[in-house]
Amino acid sequence: MNTDQNKLFESSLVKEALKQSFVKLNPAILFRNPVMFTVEIGTAIMVAVCIWIATGEQSQGSLTYNLIITSILLITLLFANFAEAIAEARGKAQADSLRKTREETPAKQVVLGEIFVNEIKIVPSSQLRKGDIFVCEAGDIIPMDGEIIEGLATIDESAITGESAPVIREAGGDKSSVTGGTKVLSDAIKVRVTTEPGESFLDKMIALVEGASRQKTPNEIALTILLAGFTLVFIIVCVTLKPFGDFANTPITIAAFISLFVCLIPTTIGGLLSAIGIAGMDRALRANVITKSGKAVETAGDIDTLLLDKTGTITIGNRKATHFWPANNVEDALFVEACALSSLADQTPEGKSIVELANLNVNSLHTHGASFIEFTAETRSSGIDLPDGTKIRKGAFDAIKKMVTQAGNAFPDETAQRVTVISSNGGTPLVVSKNNRVMGVIELQDIIKPNIHERFERLRKMGVKTVMVTGDNPLTAKFIADKAGVDDFIAEAKPEDKMNYIKKEQQGGKLVAMMGDGTNDAPALAQADVGVAMNSGTQAAKEAGNMVDLDNDPTKLIEIVEIGKQLLMTRGTLTTFSIANDVAKYFAIVPALFIASVPALQGMNIMKLHSPESAILSAIIFNAIIIPLLIPLALKGVAYKPIGASALLRRNLLIYGLGGVIVPFIGIKLIDLVVSIWF
Amino acid sequence: MNSEILGISIIFLATVLLAFPLGKYMGKVYEGDKTLWDKLFNPFDKQLYRLSGIDPSRPMNWKQHLTALLTINLVWFLVSMFVLMNMGWLPLNPDANPGMSADLAFNTTVSFVSNTNLQHYSGETGVSYLGQLVLMLFQFISAGAGMAIAAVVMNAMKERTTEKLGNFYFYFVRSCTRILLPLSLVLALIFLFNGMPMTFKGKDQFISLQGDTVQVSRGPAAAMVAIKQLGTNGGGFFGANSAHPFENPNYFTNIVENIAIILIPIAFVFALGYVLKRRRFAWMVFAVMTIGFLLLLIPSVHDEMKGNIAIAKLGIAQPLGSMEGKEVRFGSAASAFWGITTTCTSNGSVNAMHDSFTPLTGMFAMLGMMINSFYGGVGVGFLNFYVFIIIAVFISGLMVGRTPELLGKKIEAKEMKIAAIIALLHPFLILAGTALSSYIYSRNPAVYTAWLNNPGHHGFSEMLYEYTSSSANNGSGFEGLGDGTPYWNITCGVVMLLARFLPIIGPVAIAGILAGKKYVPESAGTLKTDTGTFGIMVFAVIFIIAALSFFPALSLGPIAEYFGMK
Repeated sequence: MNTDQNKLFESSLVKEALKQSFVKLNPAILFRNPVMFTVEIGTAIMVAVCIWIATGEQSQGSLTYNLIITSILLITLLFANFAEAIAEARGKAQADSLRKTREETPAKQVVLGEIFVNEIKIVPSSQLRKGDIFVCEAGDIIPMDGEIIEGLATIDESAITGESAPVIREAGGDKSSVTGGTKVLSDAIKVRVTTEPGESFLDKMIALVEGASRQKTPNEIALTILLAGFTLVFIIVCVTLKPFGDFANTPITIAAFISLFVCLIPTTIGGLLSAIGIAGMDRALRANVITKSGKAVETAGDIDTLLLDKTGTITIGNRKATHFWPANNVEDALFVEACALSSLADQTPEGKSIVELANLNVNSLHTHGASFIEFTAETRSSGIDLPDGTKIRKGAFDAIKKMVTQAGNAFPDETAQRVTVISSNGGTPLVVSKNNRVMGVIELQDIIKPNIHERFERLRKMGVKTVMVTGDNPLTAKFIADKAGVDDFIAEAKPEDKMNYIKKEQQGGKLVAMMGDGTNDAPALAQADVGVAMNSGTQAAKEAGNMVDLDNDPTKLIEIVEIGKQLLMTRGTLTTFSIANDVAKYFAIVPALFIASVPALQGMNIMKLHSPESAILSAIIFNAIIIPLLIPLALKGVAYKPIGASALLRRNLLIYGLGGVIVPFIGIKLIDLVVSIWF
Repeated sequence: MNSEILGISIIFLATVLLAFPLGKYMGKVYEGDKTLWDKLFNPFDKQLYRLSGIDPSRPMNWKQHLTALLTINLVWFLVSMFVLMNMGWLPLNPDANPGMSADLAFNTTVSFVSNTNLQHYSGETGVSYLGQLVLMLFQFISAGAGMAIAAVVMNAMKERTTEKLGNFYFYFVRSCTRILLPLSLVLALIFLFNGMPMTFKGKDQFISLQGDTVQVSRGPAAAMVAIKQLGTNGGGFFGANSAHPFENPNYFTNIVENIAIILIPIAFVFALGYVLKRRRFAWMVFAVMTIGFLLLLIPSVHDEMKGNIAIAKLGIAQPLGSMEGKEVRFGSAASAFWGITTTCTSNGSVNAMHDSFTPLTGMFAMLGMMINSFYGGVGVGFLNFYVFIIIAVFISGLMVGRTPELLGKKIEAKEMKIAAIIALLHPFLILAGTALSSYIYSRNPAVYTAWLNNPGHHGFSEMLYEYTSSSANNGSGFEGLGDGTPYWNITCGVVMLLARFLPIIGPVAIAGILAGKKYVPESAGTLKTDTGTFGIMVFAVIFIIAALSFFPALSLGPIAEYFGMK
């Protein structure tokens, strides 16, 4: 990771951005931005005026004055271009630092050999194509993004996530993806390449940032239309001023017309608009989230409902066994032994925690010749068949109850009660049976993440409803939901439940975000308005979502929502600021236009600016320098505070609206004090 | 308290007190809810529908609404052109007034169809009684059409997803028969009892004290004045409009007429609250409009009561305030109050000569029309306001970090495009018209001296006012302008036509498109549109877009005149 990621203007980036500022003066590029394009036209006209004056024209003021106006207009354009360029450069640098991890590395490709069916051939990673298969052993750098088709390995993903703890990735299941540039620490895996070179999500994102394939988002388009509307109004205002001036016998110079026009049109937001959009994607990238489109970030700000998996998001990792509760007529020791036996082959963290809690010498258990029964979705239980014919099963309450009652045995009341108590305390009960008789119940407890309650509170204030998705029974789910402070939960969730919930919410007009990793999450990820796939997830999930989280961190959704909101807010506040600026600019320029022929209008010069020339110069200088001054704000985004929409509006209106009215009065006056030395 | 101030305070307070129940009643009328008057009106309406073969329960989408509106307007346009050009030989013409020229008939027709009532003629000599009656009819139907189309927008703003927005003719007929007609009857009776003429007889004459025979024009005035005031029409029976003693005989009728100017525009806001079931939202709209109105009103009243600075400089006391162009029976405060109400609401009737207002009052009157939505014309005032709401919602929605939405409907590029076009249309029409005239005049001032009574800044104001009034569908004038020429008739006619129908089509299209969208339920993150903060935002948008665009033009007109007198 970039350590100095908070430094806004790194010198290498600035250099590149400066170069780009000039390249972007190309009208064909600038045409996409109607506001700045009109400034460019104005600049071109001023260049022509300067030439005209140089050839002897007298009515347009001095050459120096006109040259200064022309160069300030040019600088305004360069500032606006610089804003976009620096945002692009930062985004690109961020993406490059991720891409650097996947430089040329030797890959052990599996090819159809001459002697053996499969041979290992060392090839450069750049030669790998989609569908190729390679192997990686301990110590190897994974050459390309891919999906494990065979084996299991611990992998160091710190190159991407910055997280030093190794993770386990294995074939099948939901954690089968590996990323190019990460390192295999142990074991060996066989991987199928899933993307063509240059087409990974990261590559796509870089293209998105670079501008070539960057499409304006719907909201950006709507705002551009509004800004174009403003620009048109001011074109009308300025063009009609010519005959008005003629009528009043007030000659107005072309420089004054163009200065008035450029000051009035919303150049501040016009110049910063695309930088804001790019910075939004860039901020997502800094949070280690790759977005597939700018629209996704924007949509994230609108999210009404968040679907969160309980495990990993709300609770820390996995449940742990905390207590054994034998049935009335069952001996403690016997029960504990049964529990341990039932979990010996259970490699899930829960199973391991049961063996741990039992604290028995594993070797003392006679398991030779025993067969282990794996957990299946149908039986919803697992266990062991001992050689003497003893069948021990462990499973969900209703699954075991069904089994026991089918065999004609009663389900002991005290155990049933205990199950309820455990559930309502947020624990998970696992009932253990021996030869279809209930022996007792194991209590597993969830550990809720610290501070998660505050985070949900924050989301609630943003107007986002949180929904916890869990495989737990409704009682357990409710307890954890209450404790963590989520608004709703889906208990005993099957993959299609998520999908249905999303559809139901969407029918009510809400926008839904979810995070997922498994292949069976893919339809829901595609259905959700913002679907964030974990990078460790299956390829199907990553294709279906519109963002990929490199950290595989389920709480990332919360950050993503804030990034989206920040993006929209930055646009709104800078638009307000830009338009509010017009009040002061009118009062600077309009008197300056007419004072020469209508001296009475001196009364309107409330800023007491020195002369018409100094007033016009001060206004356009202010107009130009406000752009770079606001670049840091555009790139970092306006701070989002979850204080409710009305309070937020009041706050931003005060800062950027009222501030936008006052600041230029002060700024223009100060600039005038300096400029008046010469003009 | 100064009795003049007391007089205008009574007008305003009485209006708000009357507007409140009226607004609720209007809401019921548009919602089809039960009212006390149903027994009386239902059979009447039924006959109308039967005669015209209309099924008032057939729902229309927004495009059908617009088609209906534009079609009936076209029919009215043709009828009016025919009558005005041929009234010389048509009946009901005791004073033998001639038919109008084509350009004047075009201007007059457009002016009445568009609810502007800009009059480039004088009622006494310019039209026959048949012409007056046709124009009176238009004062009903143009007002009714504006109210009906605003009812469509209100209906569309309700929170649901639908294409079906009620039936245009249902809203139209109800606006006319249940709101305008009964109120006009009441008003006309009040006027009758206060001495306004109501007759089809020709000119009367009397012999004055000097022994001269004086011809006095009269006619069916009381009926026309009632609807003229109520329907934000402003087309007077006589050339001098409500400054004429037959059109506004005394201080009491002045109060009544002035209440009538702003009554329905204010009641419409309360009707909105009733229809949407969002009273707070209606109060927000009312507050923004009222604050804006007061900001224009207070300095105007102050300036007029203070008197003319230039006269004061001569050492002449003006205890009655600036009385040039004003009627002594009304005084300066009531004249200024009327001036601002009539321009804010796109009414355009006058009880004093706006040309003679002190410069800043003239500017505030113009600003009222430039903004055109501080109450605004019946129905259409709200439509103008609606466009500003859309823009304000868009910017402030972004400021709270959400894709902007108004009453649960997302505002996207298409709506923004329409709103932007409509918002810039008004400045465009006004500034382009004035620019064209300035251009023509300044090329050749000698040829066009007849245009302007005053040279310089005031002359500029006269032209600016004329186009502002046309584009705001207001109809009042800075009467120093020689506007009875084909140039003014045609350019103002075109401006009125565009300024009437495009700002109706735009908001209806926006509301129609929004109504078809999915409803997004409110959450804590949703921008509340019924708060004071949002009201400030709307006000700021109106101030910066509508008012500031005219700042350079106003500087050369009234502002320069003001500083010049100082």
